[in-house]
Amino acid sequence: MRDVIVVGAGPGGTAAAKYLASKGYDVVIYEKRQEIGAPKRCGEGISFGGLERLGLELPKNCVRQVINSALVYAPDNSHVEVSYGKDYGYVVERKMFDKWLAEEAVRKGAKVKAKTYIKEVLKEDGKVVGVRGEHLGEEFEEKCKVLIAADGIESKISRMAGLNTTANPMLVDSGFQYEMTGIKISDPKKIHLYFGNDIAPRGYIWIFPKGEDVANVGIGIVGKSQKSAKEYLSEFVEKTEGLKDGSILEVNSGGIPIGGLMNKMTLDNFLAIGDAAHQVNPINGGGMYEAQFAARIAADVIDEGIQKGDTSEKQLDKYNKKWWEERGNKLKKVEKIREVSEKLSDEDFNFLAKELKGDNLIDFSRGQGLKGLGKILIKKPHLAKYVKGLHLEF
Amino acid sequence: MGWKWDKNKCLRCGGCVAVCPTQALELTENGIEWDESRCIHCGICEEFCPVKAIKVKKEKKEDKK
Ligand SMILES: Cc1cc2nc3c(=O)[nH]c(=O)nc-3n(C[C@H](O)[C@H](O)[C@H](O)COP(=O)(O)OP(=O)(O)OC[C@H]3O[C@@H](n4cnc5c(N)ncnc54)[C@H](O)[C@@H]3O)c2cc1C
Ligand code: SF4
Ligand code: SF4
Repeated sequence: MRDVIVVGAGPGGTAAAKYLASKGYDVVIYEKRQEIGAPKRCGEGISFGGLERLGLELPKNCVRQVINSALVYAPDNSHVEVSYGKDYGYVVERKMFDKWLAEEAVRKGAKVKAKTYIKEVLKEDGKVVGVRGEHLGEEFEEKCKVLIAADGIESKISRMAGLNTTANPMLVDSGFQYEMTGIKISDPKKIHLYFGNDIAPRGYIWIFPKGEDVANVGIGIVGKSQKSAKEYLSEFVEKTEGLKDGSILEVNSGGIPIGGLMNKMTLDNFLAIGDAAHQVNPINGGGMYEAQFAARIAADVIDEGIQKGDTSEKQLDKYNKKWWEERGNKLKKVEKIREVSEKLSDEDFNFLAKELKGDNLIDFSRGQGLKGLGKILIKKPHLAKYVKGLHLEF
Repeated sequence: MGWKWDKNKCLRCGGCVAVCPTQALELTENGIEWDESRCIHCGICEEFCPVKAIKVKKEKKEDKK
């Protein structure tokens, strides 16, 4: 019997295993892919602040590009420059990053097994007690004190365990991306974000450089759009100088949770982290940090539970509470801003691009500066009605 | 027969699995597997798919919501 079984070797699962193994627990990660980190479902951007809070110092081979600012474009091509005044983050190579995270977990004492598909969650008296899986054609069963679902957006493990994680389709962005080369990037330290209902309805297009002639060029839109994410992105690439003659190194797609944060992510002997629990920043779609942040809280709570000999839902509920206190409430505010942005017309975006400063946008992605946004929205009668949705007190 | 999946278009991203309200889909070694008995032909997976790899035929009237 293991102390803890983790399903999924993404950032969330590997972080949870690392924290638990450092505390001396017997923990294993099962990953269905034959190669950890590939194919990626990610734009690969992560901030220095996030890495620092996670205590991560990336080895050189995980890093492709240092970023120091973001250019945010309105439909009329006017833009706001979000300059952080210093180097701010990385575009990483997920294939290397995820593998390195797994190596770190193993260095702390965890076990990892790729190409292992978890098919079933075992239960006794209605409580989770282990898993049934298959590794290279061989079936096995294994028991554990606690099961962690870090299986990403599909979130099948939670559902098998009895936690309903079915996503509201309006709260999952349809994501599509090309990793391109043979393109012209004027300044690889800048990321570019394009808004507009014709190019990316209720979402946006991003360019995250990975060097002077390589970049992740992607789109996230709400599923119910006229055209598919791929069609919108292809149109953008074809009409954009510097991109249209580029080559395609990789094609990526995926669902990005942009809301639907869950109050309850636990059962007896069970909890969910990362995309599996919809823990993603609703504005910038960043989930690598969120998954690892939640993993640390989860590991602390599981540690306490196992020590007490109590891993019941009541005990693990501390994870729900702590996560909401430290993270959820903030992300909820970010979600409110996103809800406003989804209602904006192209003219509204053009107007806001003139009114907003880079600092405002930095604040928004952190769930701050709502008052400032409210004050600008109030200037236009048809926008003023959205101020209510921000739940502000003036 | 109201659900079709194009294995050549599909990128195995699992997004459709996440949004299906009845858990009729699963991403396995063989790609997306569809459980006909669970499917209510709501079309949500088709609307979501970033590359239009799924086509759903909405069959019965009472399935519409
Ligand atoms: C197009 C796109 C762009 C994005 N851009 C960014 C970005 O720039 N920055 C950022 O921070 N985030 C970004 N994200 C989000 C980010 O990729 C995710 O939030 C992050 O990977 C979540 O980590 P995780 O550990 O929760 O899950 P994942 O990384 O999804 O890992 C889950 C793992 O579980 C495995 N698994 C699933 N089911 C089973 C099973 N039954 N048995 C065994 N293994 C299983 C999967 O194979 C997978 O490897 C983006 C997402 C998309 C789709
Ligand atoms: S959403 Fe589309 S591309 Fe992704 S797994 Fe489903 S069918 Fe394949
Ligand atoms: S049509 Fe609806 S119920 Fe059927 S597989 Fe697609 S999302 Fe699921």
